[in-house]
Amino acid sequence: MVAIQTHNLTKRYQQTLAVDRLNLEIRRGELFSLLGLNGAGKTTTVKLLTCLTAPTEGDALVEGHSVVTDRSAVTSLIGVSPQETAVAPHLTVRENLELMAQVYGFSKEKTHASLQRLVPQFSLQPVLSQKAKTLSGGYGRRLSIAMALIGEPSVLFLDEPTLGLDVMARRELWEILRSLKGKVTVLLTTHYMEEAAALSDRIGIMKEGRLVVVGTTEELMERTGTTTFEDAFVAAVKEGCL
Amino acid sequence: MRTLAFAKRCTKELVRDPLTVLFGLGFPLVLLLLLSAIQANVPVPLFELPFLTPGVTVFGLSFLSLFSATLVAQDRQTAFLQRLYTTPLTPWNFILGYLLPLLPLTLAQSTVCYLVALCLGLPMTIHILFAILMMLPLSVFYVALGLLCGCVFTVKQVGGICGALLTNGSAWLSGVWFDLALVGGAFEKIARLLPFMHMVELERLVLAGHFSEALPHLYPVLGYAVITTLLAMGLFLRQMKQP
Repeated sequence: MVAIQTHNLTKRYQQTLAVDRLNLEIRRGELFSLLGLNGAGKTTTVKLLTCLTAPTEGDALVEGHSVVTDRSAVTSLIGVSPQETAVAPHLTVRENLELMAQVYGFSKEKTHASLQRLVPQFSLQPVLSQKAKTLSGGYGRRLSIAMALIGEPSVLFLDEPTLGLDVMARRELWEILRSLKGKVTVLLTTHYMEEAAALSDRIGIMKEGRLVVVGTTEELMERTGTTTFEDAFVAAVKEGCL
Repeated sequence: MRTLAFAKRCTKELVRDPLTVLFGLGFPLVLLLLLSAIQANVPVPLFELPFLTPGVTVFGLSFLSLFSATLVAQDRQTAFLQRLYTTPLTPWNFILGYLLPLLPLTLAQSTVCYLVALCLGLPMTIHILFAILMMLPLSVFYVALGLLCGCVFTVKQVGGICGALLTNGSAWLSGVWFDLALVGGAFEKIARLLPFMHMVELERLVLAGHFSEALPHLYPVLGYAVITTLLAMGLFLRQMKQP
């Protein structure tokens, strides 16, 4: 039932310890958020778990496959939406989705079926023939996440998916993310407290590369003796270890 | 299948960029027309079509470096490559996907140049076909150089390095616009050590049907193409591990 498991996962860049002996378990189907200040190690953790960078020490298992020794198995099981809206700018929305399906080796029929499923789910019909570079921020992010989902991943990594979006676009994206709960394991990094609180089954707070606390919003407020989640986050980051 | 999918995407990105069409096809054609007009008024042997056309087609290849470098640098900058690195695509899928689309573009660019030259009075011979086909091994050097630059530089830097330095370098050191022997000295020696002048000579000799004389120029060009391709592959693999 465990989708992601890390064992003393560590990443060092010369003198900087970006991720320090991270031990974490994320259950299958769970939406888990990683919170932290800038430079806390959230994005590096995502990079380690998605095989974008190799750990200096330790290991992580994604659906039982090591990110160190079994990269190809891991990459066939995951979908990633990076911090930036990473799309092919001169390709249309449809072509971007088709490209990702082909990258995962889908047949024409399966690609068609995937588009039939994802386009309505992400409300991409109005922009299907539009070039990606002309999309608004909200549509761009939707496309980015749809591209991450087209390979039918077991685990979806979303690095700051709503960064820079207006409140309406953010709320629309939240609805989509809620609809994924239970179907796909989601690891989300965010700076927005209300986003983490509204979406997550559990939240982990990182500080200086270390995971200082993990729990539901209620558990985090209880452990920090605070009444709001934002206060709980501030207390966790100030105290450093709970 | 995966390589083709990625190559198809790269082709679309390239041909849908108006700058590709403008510089890739338009600029060599403008040069061809302009210098032919000059030649018509003030005859210069170097600008006669059998000499000028191979030179302009080879010079046009320097824009391929700019295109491939810009594409790779842009993909790095927008995190599009980072996304693709987390998929089942292998390093070979990427490298071939970036290289392959530029080969048909080379053929298209050279064919258009030769067609215009034919309209301007270049005698039609079977050697034109050989000269166009010979552009393929030559383009490997330029495309690999673009891949190499795209792995190292940002989009802005690529514009400067490939757009200005390489195009000027390949223009001055190729003998397209002036006879290198007229400058002589260290300049000519350096030009002979680099591939640009050999490419132009090779194309001119193939177009003239002097194949045995052309062959010695092919070796340094292939040497540079192999070295540049290996370097580009090495750099691409390195930056793939440290995106």
